Amino acid sequence: MLGLGILSGLLIVPLCGAAFILTLKGDDESVARNSRWAALTTTIVTFLLSLVAWGRYDASSASFQLVESHPWLAETIRFKLGVDGFSMPLILLTTFLMPFCIGASWTSIHVRVKEYFVAFLVLETTMIGVFASLDLLLFYLFFEAGLIPMFLIIGIWGGARRIYASFKFFLYTLLGSVLMLLAVMAMYWQAGTTDIPTLLQYRFPVGMQTWLWLAFFASFAVKMPMWPVHTWLPDAHVEAPTAGSVILAGILLKMGGYGFIRISLPMLPVASHDFAPLVFALSVIAIIFTSLTALMQTDIKKLIAYSSVAHMGFVTLGLFTLNEQGIQGALFLMISHGIVAAALFLCVGVVYDRMHTREIAAYGGLVKRMPLYAVAMMVFTMANVGLPGTSGFVGEFLSMLGAFKANPNVAFFSTFGIILSAAYALWLYARVIYGKLEKPNLQGILDLDTREKIILAPLVVLTIYYGVHPAPVLDVFAPSTDALMAGMKAALANTQTAAAALPLAR
Amino acid sequence: MYHAIVFFPLIGFLIAGLFGRYIGARACEYITTAFLAFTALIAWGVFLEGGHAERVQVASWFSAGDLTVDWAFKVDALTRVMLVVVTTVSTLVHLYSVGYMHEDPHRPRFFAYLSLFTFAMLMLVTADNLVQMFFGWEGVGLASYLLIGFWYEKPSANAAAMKAFIVNRVGDFGFSLGIFLVFVLTGSVAFDAIFAKVDGIKTLSFHLLGHDWNALTLACLLLFMGAMGKSAQFLLHTWLPDAMEGPTPVSALIHAATMVTAGVFMVARLSPLFEEAPNALIVVTVIGGITAFFAATIGLVQNDIKRVIAYSTCSQLGYMFVALGVGAYSAGVFHLFTHAFFKALLFLGAGSVIHAMHHEQDMRNMGGLRSHIPFTCAMMAIGSLALIGFPYTAGYYSKDAIIEAAYASTRPGHTLAFLCTVVAAFFTSFYSWRLFFMTFEGPARWGVHAAHDHHAAPAVAHSGTASAALAHEADGAPGHTEGVAHDDHGHDVEPAHKSDLVADDHHGHGHHGDHTPHESPLVMTIPLAILAFGALFAGIIFHDRFIGSGMDAFWGHALAHGPENHIMHEIHEVPALVSYAPLIMLILGFVLAFWMYIRRPELPGALAAQQPSLYRFLLNKWYFDELYDRIFVRPAKDFGLFLWKQGDGKIIDGLGPNGIAARVVDVTRGVVRLQTGYVYHYAFVMLIGVAGLISWYLMAGLPKGAH
Repeated sequence: MLGLGILSGLLIVPLCGAAFILTLKGDDESVARNSRWAALTTTIVTFLLSLVAWGRYDASSASFQLVESHPWLAETIRFKLGVDGFSMPLILLTTFLMPFCIGASWTSIHVRVKEYFVAFLVLETTMIGVFASLDLLLFYLFFEAGLIPMFLIIGIWGGARRIYASFKFFLYTLLGSVLMLLAVMAMYWQAGTTDIPTLLQYRFPVGMQTWLWLAFFASFAVKMPMWPVHTWLPDAHVEAPTAGSVILAGILLKMGGYGFIRISLPMLPVASHDFAPLVFALSVIAIIFTSLTALMQTDIKKLIAYSSVAHMGFVTLGLFTLNEQGIQGALFLMISHGIVAAALFLCVGVVYDRMHTREIAAYGGLVKRMPLYAVAMMVFTMANVGLPGTSGFVGEFLSMLGAFKANPNVAFFSTFGIILSAAYALWLYARVIYGKLEKPNLQGILDLDTREKIILAPLVVLTIYYGVHPAPVLDVFAPSTDALMAGMKAALANTQTAAAALPLAR
Repeated sequence: MYHAIVFFPLIGFLIAGLFGRYIGARACEYITTAFLAFTALIAWGVFLEGGHAERVQVASWFSAGDLTVDWAFKVDALTRVMLVVVTTVSTLVHLYSVGYMHEDPHRPRFFAYLSLFTFAMLMLVTADNLVQMFFGWEGVGLASYLLIGFWYEKPSANAAAMKAFIVNRVGDFGFSLGIFLVFVLTGSVAFDAIFAKVDGIKTLSFHLLGHDWNALTLACLLLFMGAMGKSAQFLLHTWLPDAMEGPTPVSALIHAATMVTAGVFMVARLSPLFEEAPNALIVVTVIGGITAFFAATIGLVQNDIKRVIAYSTCSQLGYMFVALGVGAYSAGVFHLFTHAFFKALLFLGAGSVIHAMHHEQDMRNMGGLRSHIPFTCAMMAIGSLALIGFPYTAGYYSKDAIIEAAYASTRPGHTLAFLCTVVAAFFTSFYSWRLFFMTFEGPARWGVHAAHDHHAAPAVAHSGTASAALAHEADGAPGHTEGVAHDDHGHDVEPAHKSDLVADDHHGHGHHGDHTPHESPLVMTIPLAILAFGALFAGIIFHDRFIGSGMDAFWGHALAHGPENHIMHEIHEVPALVSYAPLIMLILGFVLAFWMYIRRPELPGALAAQQPSLYRFLLNKWYFDELYDRIFVRPAKDFGLFLWKQGDGKIIDGLGPNGIAARVVDVTRGVVRLQTGYVYHYAFVMLIGVAGLISWYLMAGLPKGAH
C-alpha cells in the first residue's frame, strides 16, 4: 500500500482519525458524541494494527524488524522506522493505553471536545513515532512534537493552575531538548549520518562521548523525570485532566528511559559506564527523597506523581547497572508502571469525576459504598508497593538485584524504597478507602459504573497476569538486551579493562 | 497431589471473593471450609506417608540473564510438617469462624481472605526457591493486612493493619537484600542449587557499607532480618500485639499458629546455610532468648486477654529461635508444631470467652466464668497446661528439649539463652495462670459492676453499644490510667458493625440487657476439642519422630546438621537439675499466680502501686511504640515535609523555573546581585553538594578492578 509498512500505518491511522474529527460539523452535542466515538474507534483500530505488527514480530531476534525507509531530508537523514525488543513493547503499551484514555475522557470533558480528541490522537502519533524511529533526527522530531499536544491538553483542559503547570512542563522539557538537538547535530557531523542502526555501530571518541552523553542526559533526565529536575511532574499531573495524567505517567515518562536504552547506553558506552555512579546517586536520592515527599502529600494525584518519580528512580538505577537483570528489570518496570500508574490515575479520575476534589482529607470510608472500586484500588496499590504476584514486583526486584550486582551499597539504599512505598501507598489507601463513611457529601457516592468497570477490569487482569507470568514481556527484552550487553562489553574492553567486578574477595 | 493441597484454597478464595455476593455467605462458608478440610486430609496423608524429598515443577516464573525463577514445590519432611500445621489449623479456624463470625455482614469477604491467606502460606512452605518463598511471605503479609483491617471502620484496626505491613516490610528489606546476596554468591535462588554451593562460598568476604563481612554470615543475617519481622522478634515485634485488632480466629490462624512461624520455618529451611554461618546463629540465639524473656515480662501485666496470648506467642517464637540458634533445628520445628495446636486452642478459647462475654476482652471485667462456660474453661485449661509445659502435654516435650538444648550447647550466647528461657518459663506459667484465674475464677466482675472491687475497677467504655460504660483504670493501680488509656484501641468492641448487626441479629445478641455468658455453639466447640486433643497428645505421639530416636529417618536431609553438631544427642545428657528446671518454674509460677490472684487478690494492685515505674514500663510494653514513633515515624514525616515544602518547593522550584523567571525580572531591573543573601541559595548549593558527594563516594568506592 503506497510502499508504506505497518509502522507507518500506526503513525497515519491516528492522524486520519484526527483529520476526520476536525471535519465534523453540526451542533455541539452531536459533534462531541461523534468525536468521542471516532476517537475511540481510531485508537482501537490502532491497537489492533499494533497487534498485527506484534504478530509479525519475531521476539527471538535482536535485530530491527518491520523496517521501512523513505527518502526525507537527505540521503543520510531518512524517514526510517523499525522496532526491536526495546521499542515493540512500548509501542504496544502506547496503543493499548490510548482507548482507556478516550474512555476516561468520555463524560468528563465538556468544552472543546473536538479539539481535545484531536490533541490526543496527534499525541498518539508522536509517541509511537518516538518508539518506532530509526533515525535520530526523526526521533528528536517526534520527541519534541509530543510536547505540543500535551502542553495544550494541560493548558486548556487542566485544573485551576493549568497555565503555570503547562509552562513549567514546557520550559523544563524544552530546556533539555535544546541540548539534545545540539548533540544530534554533533553526532551527524562526526558520523555523517543520523541513521540509528549505523550510529549503533559507530564508535564515538571517548572525549566526545562525555559531552554527548551529558547533552542527552539533560533531556532524558527531565523526561524521566530524575531528581532534582522532577518538580514539573507533580504540578503537571495535578493540573492535567485524568487522561492526560494517564498518558503522562504511562507513556511520556517512559520516553526518557527509552532514550537511555536506545541512545545513551549503546552509542555512548564509555560515558555511560563512567557516569553510572552519578545516575546511581540521583536514582537513590529520587527513591528515598521522593518517597518521603509522597508520604506527606495531601493531594491524591500529587502523591501518585511523586511515587512515579520514585519508581522511575528504580528504572534509571536498573538501566545503568549494565547487567541483564538490571536492564530487563528496568524495562519491565517501565511497562508495569505504565499499566499500574495509568490505572491509579484512572482510579483517581473515578472519584474526581464524582466529587471534584483530589484532597485526601475529603475522602474516607469509600469501601462502604464502593466495594468494587476498593478492590481495584487495592490491586493497583499493591502493585505500586511491589507485592510479589503483581507486575510491580518483577521489575523492582530485578532492578534492585541488578543494582546489587553492580554496586551493593546503592542497592542497599534503594531497597529502603520498598519500606517507604508501603508506607505512603497504604496510608493513602487507609485514608481514602478505609475508615467510617462520615462525610455528608460522600453518602450518596456510587460504585463503578459499566464504563468504568470496562476500563479498570483489563488493567486489573494484566497487573496480576504479568505478575505471575511476566515472560511474554520480559522475554521480548532478552535478545536486544543481550545484544546491547555484548556491544557495550566490546566497547568497554577497548578503552579499559572494565567489567564491573563484584566486591568479592577470597 | 501437591497441586491440590496448594491450589484448592486458592480456588476457594476465588469463588468466595468473586462470586461471594451472588452465592451468599452461607455458601461461601461451606465451600471454603470444605475445600480446606479436603486439603487437610490430603496433607495428613502426605505427612503420615512420609517418603523422600521431591521437587514438583509447576511453571516458570521469570528469567533474566543467568537468573531463573520457577514456580515449583519442594516437598520434604519440613514442608510436610508445615503442610499439616497450616491446613489443619486453617480448616479448624474456617469451621470455628462459621460460628464466631455468624453475625458479621461481610462473611464472604472474611472467608475469602482466610483462604487467600492459606494459599499464600502454602506457597511459602512449599517454595522451591527464595523468590517464591518471598511471594508467599508477602502474600501472607497482604492477607494479614486485610484481615487485621477486616473491620475497616475501626481506625485502630486500620492503623494496626498498616503497622503490621510496614514493620514486616522492614524485615523484608533485609530479606530482599539477603536474596540478592545469595544470588550474587551462588548464582541461583533455588534452594538445592544454593545448598550445593555452600561449601565453596563459606570463606568469601563481601564488602558492604565500608565493611568487609563474611559473605555467608552477612547473607544469613539479612535473611534473618526478614524472619525477625515475620516472627515478631525483639525490635521488630511491635506489630504483633496490635494485630489483635483483627477478629479472633484470625489471631489464632495467622498470628499464632502459622504466619508468625514463617520466620522459624525460613531459618530451618535454610539450615544448611545458617549451619555454616555460626556468627549468624549467635545472633539468632541471642535475639530469640531476649524475645522469649522480654515478651514474657510484658505478658505479666496485660489486661486484654488476647494481648496476653499475643505476647505469649512472641515469647514462644523466641524459644523456637533459641533452638534454631543452638543448632537444635528439629527441636525448634517440633515446638512450632506443638505450639500451633495449643496456641490456636488458646486463641480460639479466648475467642469463645469473648463470644460468651458479648465482645468483652478486658480480663478485669471477667471472672467466675467457669460455671457458665465449663467447656471453654476446660479447653483453656488444657491449652494453658500445654503452653506451660505440664508433663506429658505437647508443650512439655518441645519446650523442655529447647531449654536443655540451650544448656547443652557450647556456642556463644547459649548461657544467656538458657537463662532467658528458664526465667521465661516461670513467667509463662505465671501469666497463663493469671489469665486463667482472672477469667474463670474469683468473683464475677461482669453484669453488676463491683466498682468497689479491690483487684480491678471495671474498665473500658464500649461506645455506641449497650455494653458497660465504665472508667479506665489500670490493673490494680488506681489513679493512673496511662497503660490502658494509652492504647485504648486495644479495648474496642470486637465487631465494628454493631449498629448494622442489631437488625439482622438472630443470635440473641439483640437482647443487650441479657449479659449472662453462654457457651458457644457446636461449630465453635468442635474445633476447640480437636485442638485440645492435639495440645494434649501431639507431644507423646510425635516426639519420637521429631526429636527422638526416629529423628534421622523422619527428617531425612531436610534439616542440616554440621559434623560438629550433636546437640540433639547431648540434650539427653544434661544434669537432672536442668531437666527439672522447667517443671520447677512451672510450679513456682502456678503457686505465685494462685497466691496473687486467688488467695490475696489485693496483692497485684499493691505491688503495682509499690513499683509504679516498673509496672508502667511493662504495661507500656517497654515503651517501644513511643520510641519508634519518636525516632522513625515522626522524623520521616518531618523530613518528608521538609523535602516537599523546602526542597522541592523553595529550593528546586525557587531557584529553577520560578527563580529564573524572577531573576530575569531582576536583571531587567538592572539589579545584579552577586551575593544574594538568600538562605535558600545556600541550601541549594548544599543539596547539590550532597548529590555530588554521594556521586564521588560511589565513583571512588567502586570495587577494585572496575576502573
